Amino acid sequence: MKRVAIIDYQLCNLDSIARAVEACGGQSVKTNAPADLETADLLILPGVGHFGAAMDNLEALGLVDAIRGQAEAGKPLMGICLGMQMLAQRSAEADGRMGLGLIPGEVVRLKEHAGERVPHMGWNAVDPVGEEPLLNGVAPGADFYFVHSYHFVPENAAHVAATTPYCGRFNAIVRDGAVMGTQFHPEKSQTVGFALLRNFLGIEPKALAA
Amino acid sequence: MLKIRIIPTLLHKDVGLVKGVRFASDRRVGSALQAIKVYNRRGVDELAFFDITASVDGRSPDLALIDELADECFMPLTVGGGVRSLGDVQALLGVGADKVALNSAIIENETLISDAAMKHGVQCVVAVIDVKREGEGWRVFSHCGQRATGLDPVEWAQRCEKLGAGEIILQSIDQDGTMEGYDLEITRRVCEAVSVPVIASGGAGNYEHVAQACIEGKASAAAAASIYTFTEMTPREAKQHLREKGLPVRL
Repeated sequence: MKRVAIIDYQLCNLDSIARAVEACGGQSVKTNAPADLETADLLILPGVGHFGAAMDNLEALGLVDAIRGQAEAGKPLMGICLGMQMLAQRSAEADGRMGLGLIPGEVVRLKEHAGERVPHMGWNAVDPVGEEPLLNGVAPGADFYFVHSYHFVPENAAHVAATTPYCGRFNAIVRDGAVMGTQFHPEKSQTVGFALLRNFLGIEPKALAA
Repeated sequence: MLKIRIIPTLLHKDVGLVKGVRFASDRRVGSALQAIKVYNRRGVDELAFFDITASVDGRSPDLALIDELADECFMPLTVGGGVRSLGDVQALLGVGADKVALNSAIIENETLISDAAMKHGVQCVVAVIDVKREGEGWRVFSHCGQRATGLDPVEWAQRCEKLGAGEIILQSIDQDGTMEGYDLEITRRVCEAVSVPVIASGGAGNYEHVAQACIEGKASAAAAASIYTFTEMTPREAKQHLREKGLPVRL
């Protein structure tokens, strides 16, 4: 059974992610101890809240270097929602503040087109760009649950793994090797969300080392 | 395309769920945990849970109860009732609420909206606005409809958005529990005045009412209680009806 460390930086509830991971056949541990990140097979960086407050907490808990170290060593890491945004180098939500910098790019506010509302809240389509392992067995265009006002724009278009048709189309999944992120919440996306989590649980570090 | 959300509302009072008419004469309708388990199986879009007497009784949210419910809830959950401080917001998010609904407290202390948005992000801050028709217009009421605030709902909705509310639940006290349809006029006015999503609430009695809340009322989502509690009608069939009307839904 894969051991998944769900990184707890004390800003949001992790119970639903932990329960979803367990329902998908993983073993979850909610932790902020760097040693647990080292022994885990996979890492999830969850996130709800404000980019600045979240980075403050990660820094205060001494997790920034620990997460970077594990990711650079090739351990699969999935950011969810704000957790995905924190993979970026900087965010407009916190005056251009530095993120983890694991995928080059920045986080900017969604720009609504006529008739659209921000925050982008609710169920929307996720369209894969090429072969995306997280979406194995999930129908292209399946609806996942989103709740956010900002989105991640990678510098390198090759890091965009799926997009969503809203605000001119934004990036729903980003990936650079074993570092990946979903702007939606798989743990709240019912059947398709659980399929994605099972795909994540099946990811081997080597399989993605480019 | 973003889908219209259909949101069953669970109203909690004392030890179980209730449903009334015009914010009064409640009938007992079972337990929240049971309801959540049923809605999980049905793949409902989202749930709203309100402890309707907390503010009236001056109680804080029942964190142990919310914790238990959130653990069973594999769909997004908005929780409201008795939320008076930033500490309450933090505690509710801490036990598993995805969004926190603010109502009576923000009438007296509107900075609670901005404080919560700054700390936790606008996406989890929901302003609930309870409205009643008065003469030619509408007025906002607090404390489960018991206190007149004198506020104009359109202006108050804009103020809530400006302070950092990421969503608005607009509830018509006049229509609540009547099953005669949403108050489409005030729903549309509020939707046109703000750019955050608005959830229409109060009055749904059939699927066409739900469709009209989204078409004429321009709401992003439609919440309802009686229709899903007292009839055979289901959120899924409501969405099928919406699809037939050309509205985007998740089925």
